[in-house]
Amino acid sequence: MSLFPKWTNWLPLCIVGCLAFGGAAVTAAVTYYFTPKYTRVGYEPVQPVPFSHKIHAGELGMDCRYCHTGVEKSWFSNIPAASTCMNCHNQVLKDDPRLAIVRESARTGKAIPWVQVHITPDYVYFNHAVHVRRGISCVECHGRIDEMDEVQHAKPLSMSFCLNCHRHPAAFIRPVSKVTDLGWQWSTNADEAAHLQRVEGAKLVAHMRVQSLQNCSACHR
Amino acid sequence: MRHVLSIAIILLALCGIVVGIAGFRGRMSRRPPIEVFSDMDRQPKLRPQKPDAFFPNGVSSQLPVPGTVARSQPIQTLDGPVYPFEDSPVNTGLVTGTTNFAPADPLPVTMSLLRRGQARFDIYCAPCHGRLGDGNGITKKIGDMTAVADLHDARIVDMADGEIFNTITRGKGLMGAYGPLIPVRDRWAIIAYLRTLQLSWLGSTNDLTARERAALK
Repeated sequence: MSLFPKWTNWLPLCIVGCLAFGGAAVTAAVTYYFTPKYTRVGYEPVQPVPFSHKIHAGELGMDCRYCHTGVEKSWFSNIPAASTCMNCHNQVLKDDPRLAIVRESARTGKAIPWVQVHITPDYVYFNHAVHVRRGISCVECHGRIDEMDEVQHAKPLSMSFCLNCHRHPAAFIRPVSKVTDLGWQWSTNADEAAHLQRVEGAKLVAHMRVQSLQNCSACHR
Repeated sequence: MRHVLSIAIILLALCGIVVGIAGFRGRMSRRPPIEVFSDMDRQPKLRPQKPDAFFPNGVSSQLPVPGTVARSQPIQTLDGPVYPFEDSPVNTGLVTGTTNFAPADPLPVTMSLLRRGQARFDIYCAPCHGRLGDGNGITKKIGDMTAVADLHDARIVDMADGEIFNTITRGKGLMGAYGPLIPVRDRWAIIAYLRTLQLSWLGSTNDLTARERAALK
């Protein structure tokens, strides 16, 4: 009779095996979950007014800038004042209870408590105007807003997401006039579209002198 | 060997539980994103259009103090630069010192101004008046908008540019004020483009030169 029974011969191997498996599992979990691809994508808060971008920007074909007037001039893309809604909704759905908050806001000036979906961290200085005016479409960061009833966080907006485009602007740029046309593509043929993106994209980058900014202070000031 | 198997099953079950609770990437969530160390993410500074208890109206963005005069960004006109605070037809749509509407667009009409006007017209005017300006915008399709003006109506064709400027700025009847949405220079660009639209609508082949007529055939 020895101090250690026979099965303990397997113990070291078991411990090593468990640690290896556990380590792999933790690494996999961190890689998969500890990223904005998991934490941010899919965020879809309940808004105070059931405003549908799908109806307004998609089906009715309104331009993003009808409401987000400041996007070409300012670093942030503004939420419209309620008076902008009332330009149409003083006649369309004018007694609809879903729009009660909007009507009240237009009358009293009390802000509608919209919930912001895409929030960059405060240490990031993102400028909408410079992107939109150099042919980076809304869709690159916000996804197909024109197909969303409720706005959902579609892209991770992580640092690697930003850098991916900053390293290869020609792969994402488009003519400035098509920036708010979210479904636009160079061609309906995928191969041709990819080819045109390469050729025309490079031309646009050169023409608009788009810089491939990758220094830290470009975004972290 | 049996132990190894049971341990493996327990570990796999743990993984299953984690995935079961945390789900997959891109899953719809009503809860705001988790920020583990949020002290740098959310700094104590103002961001535009956010709720803020500091100000009486509870919003971070404040309007300028009443009487604030915008000084920068003069608009280049045929008679030199005009600043936003000047009493000039550019800013008011009125002939200076009178209540008469300015007869003509004070900006030099260039191709780039017309293109700007077209782009802005398509954004702000087309939803109701239609891209052709004939009053057949998307609101017509919905059917709730009753009186959308046909911009090719003789009343509007004959209207002074200043009066159109006034209508865009302040609204008229059921039309809301677009002054807050469209900067002054863009309003004049839209008017210049509207005149082009009207010309294309009301013109006839007789307005063309002989060569252009030949090209049409």
